[in-house]
Amino acid sequence: MGRYVARRLLQMIPVFFGTTLLIFLMVYALPGDPVRGLFGDKGGSPQVIAALRHQYGLDQPILVQYWDYMKGIILHADFGTQVASGRPVTDVLGDAFPVTLRLGGFAFVIEVIFGIGLGVFAGLRAGRAADTGVLLFTLLLISVPVFVLGFILQWIFADELKWLEPNVNDPSNYGELLMPAIVLATASLAYVSRLTRTSIAENMRADYVRTAIAKGLPRRRVVGVHLMRNSLIPVVTYLGTDIGALLGGAVVTEGIFNIQGIGGTIYQSIVRREGTTLVGLVTILVLVYLVASLLVDLLYAVLDPRIRYA
Amino acid sequence: MRGARSAKWVAIAAVVALGATACGGGDGDSKGDSKAAIDPNGTFTVESGEPQNPLQPANTMESYGSIVINSLFTGLVDYDDSGKIVYMNAESVDTKDSKTYTVKLKAGWKFHDGTPVTAESYVKAWNWAANPDNKQTNSFWFSDIKGYDAVAPAKGKPTATELSGLKVVDDNTFTIELSKAIPYYVYKLGYQVFSPLPESFYKDPKAAGEKPVGNGPYQFVSWDHKKAITVKKFAGYKGSNAAKNGGVVFKNYSTPETAYADLKSGNLDVITQVAPKDLPVYKQDLGDRAVDQAYSAIQTIAPAFYTKQWKDIDPKVLQGLSMAIDRDTITKTVLQGTREPATGWVAKGVLGYQPNVAGDVTKYDPTKAKQLIKEGGGVPGNAITIQYNTDGGHKEWVEAVCNSITNATGVKCSTDPKADFQADLQARDAHEVKSMYRSGWVLDFPMNANFIRDLFGTKSDGNQSGFSNKTIDDEIAAADSATTLDESVKKYQEIEKQLPNYMPSIPLWYYKVNAGYSEKVSGVKFGQDGDPILTGVQVKK
Repeated sequence: MGRYVARRLLQMIPVFFGTTLLIFLMVYALPGDPVRGLFGDKGGSPQVIAALRHQYGLDQPILVQYWDYMKGIILHADFGTQVASGRPVTDVLGDAFPVTLRLGGFAFVIEVIFGIGLGVFAGLRAGRAADTGVLLFTLLLISVPVFVLGFILQWIFADELKWLEPNVNDPSNYGELLMPAIVLATASLAYVSRLTRTSIAENMRADYVRTAIAKGLPRRRVVGVHLMRNSLIPVVTYLGTDIGALLGGAVVTEGIFNIQGIGGTIYQSIVRREGTTLVGLVTILVLVYLVASLLVDLLYAVLDPRIRYA
Repeated sequence: MRGARSAKWVAIAAVVALGATACGGGDGDSKGDSKAAIDPNGTFTVESGEPQNPLQPANTMESYGSIVINSLFTGLVDYDDSGKIVYMNAESVDTKDSKTYTVKLKAGWKFHDGTPVTAESYVKAWNWAANPDNKQTNSFWFSDIKGYDAVAPAKGKPTATELSGLKVVDDNTFTIELSKAIPYYVYKLGYQVFSPLPESFYKDPKAAGEKPVGNGPYQFVSWDHKKAITVKKFAGYKGSNAAKNGGVVFKNYSTPETAYADLKSGNLDVITQVAPKDLPVYKQDLGDRAVDQAYSAIQTIAPAFYTKQWKDIDPKVLQGLSMAIDRDTITKTVLQGTREPATGWVAKGVLGYQPNVAGDVTKYDPTKAKQLIKEGGGVPGNAITIQYNTDGGHKEWVEAVCNSITNATGVKCSTDPKADFQADLQARDAHEVKSMYRSGWVLDFPMNANFIRDLFGTKSDGNQSGFSNKTIDDEIAAADSATTLDESVKKYQEIEKQLPNYMPSIPLWYYKVNAGYSEKVSGVKFGQDGDPILTGVQVKK
């Protein structure tokens, strides 16, 4: 077990360098220049543009830039400076991450509780009306675009009923985060419940379930322990990758509810060609993905005793 | 319980069903502002965003930063809404030859840290900002001053760190010598790049960009990055535009939609733009708290004159293309009335603006358009493309303009979208535009020279189309060397009258401010730059 974890951690190193280099090259390949972009329609003085490019090392070859940047990150946790604002990228990240963590965590909890709940509910009634109802409902959730759902909820609950605030003005207030978290969770929630439902419906006919029932175990235990544990493997896999998506992919939701989080920052960095900010963000997201996938693999062993890591 | 729950769902379903008929509620009858008691120390919130750069006056180019800088700093002069000069920190700005200006300051002005505003505060600040080592994005604004080439040479090492044209005479007087005469230089001085800086600024310019100390009607309180910037009324302010309120909070909104939602729910007092989604209903929602007025900016399509297609084009062809665009219909439908068809190259609210200066050229007339294009020898290749950036909401109107041209003249027209403004600028800078591109200009100073000289002079910074014409250059030089401001304005008006014969760009429409405010505030007006005039806003008790 320990050796397995160590091996996985070592594997992360090349993945980390590979992804960051790829992102760096991608941003570099896009037309446009963060310094020139500061000047907009009006053009700026070439001397100042040159001075700024020199300050941020943009006049160096791309690989040298990457090398310097990585050196900064690894040796003294320095993610560079944002070209436009002149603020350290660590500050920018420090502003955006807590909000997104709260929102993403909230959405994740909603997703797990309601997704698995609905899935189990439907899976145990496979083929009946309740099951069809859940399938139709989740299909609806999947097919409605996020921004449509966001605006509709905002309009109903904030403009018309006035139960909730339309936007998040205080990101530490969970009451204000409720609506965006629901919007963010819906699509994943639908996938989670469908995965759970199918998995449960399949395992209902498995031998070990029949044995458990024959042994006279109470239904609660059959479903709660025997059935659930085995059925959750595909669901846990999906949830693991979804953590990263919730943190980095909330661009639309954050935009609708005016949340200054990671999603919006990523979008802005791409538009402004802020390579350093973007790579800093993505670096952290890559780490989140790697750690999440490691946790998922370790959870397999917990869920299914037949899986063992030497 | 179950019954209750389903009743709620039915109610929600009913609300959704009603959604098709937009319910424009809102209290449109909030008249009698004058009767409401005013709280002189009340604060209000304004929609804004995270400034792109640190808050240094010479380092701010975009609107989010500008609106804050304008509240914190007061320069020598300002303009009223007809484009006339109003003296602020300056007692007078005099010149005999339009080349050497003598600036006298009003005595007794102070920075927010209590230090006096002197001639030195201006001269030192300008020298600092002009120096390329300090990397101020607006530093080229000082290029008219004598000695700029020594401070920021185009090539090689600087030979000076100070502009030789700036001289302090005494505490309240300094002189500006320009490298060549500019009769309207006093207009340029109204731009915020010419703000004074306190002595404390130079100790740590970076920190000063985070916590600016100015001399304006408001003083800085806090900047919570990406959330809000707070300023409060400066009690020791001596200017004529002292704040009628206690302070302003510039709240960060990622989209105009979210700001509008907050305005309606009472969490925000002033919005600066209405999102396309809300345009059809905002006047209903807000009643007489909706704002709809012109401001000094223009949208144009510029031919890239460095391409084979337009290099030696007969202007008649461009006149024809211009007459093939149905501006009235496009501004009414596609742009939902947020723009006003342009009739010239100089925007409204600018000194020297002339209505209908382009004559027939900006009127829609398909028959004449076809005829003109034919007379001019046709469009080379009989096809044009219009480049634009897809991240700025331009797609719809560019397509509409294209369809209009094709329907009227048969010239093939397609769009050439660039993913974002950065990519669009890159192509323009590198002279890679295939045929034509979307261009725009928001005023720097409210005089017609800004819309002509700075765009169509061969060597101007704003000239990205490669337009170059000796006659126009000579006339610009003549207008610049006029002895008085009025004469210069007149000469520029003459140039504008001739522009239809050269067609440096195709004017499309003027911008308008579509905005609104809450019931908590009154006296909300918008300036020619499209920003709300903060000091005049009154907060109700």
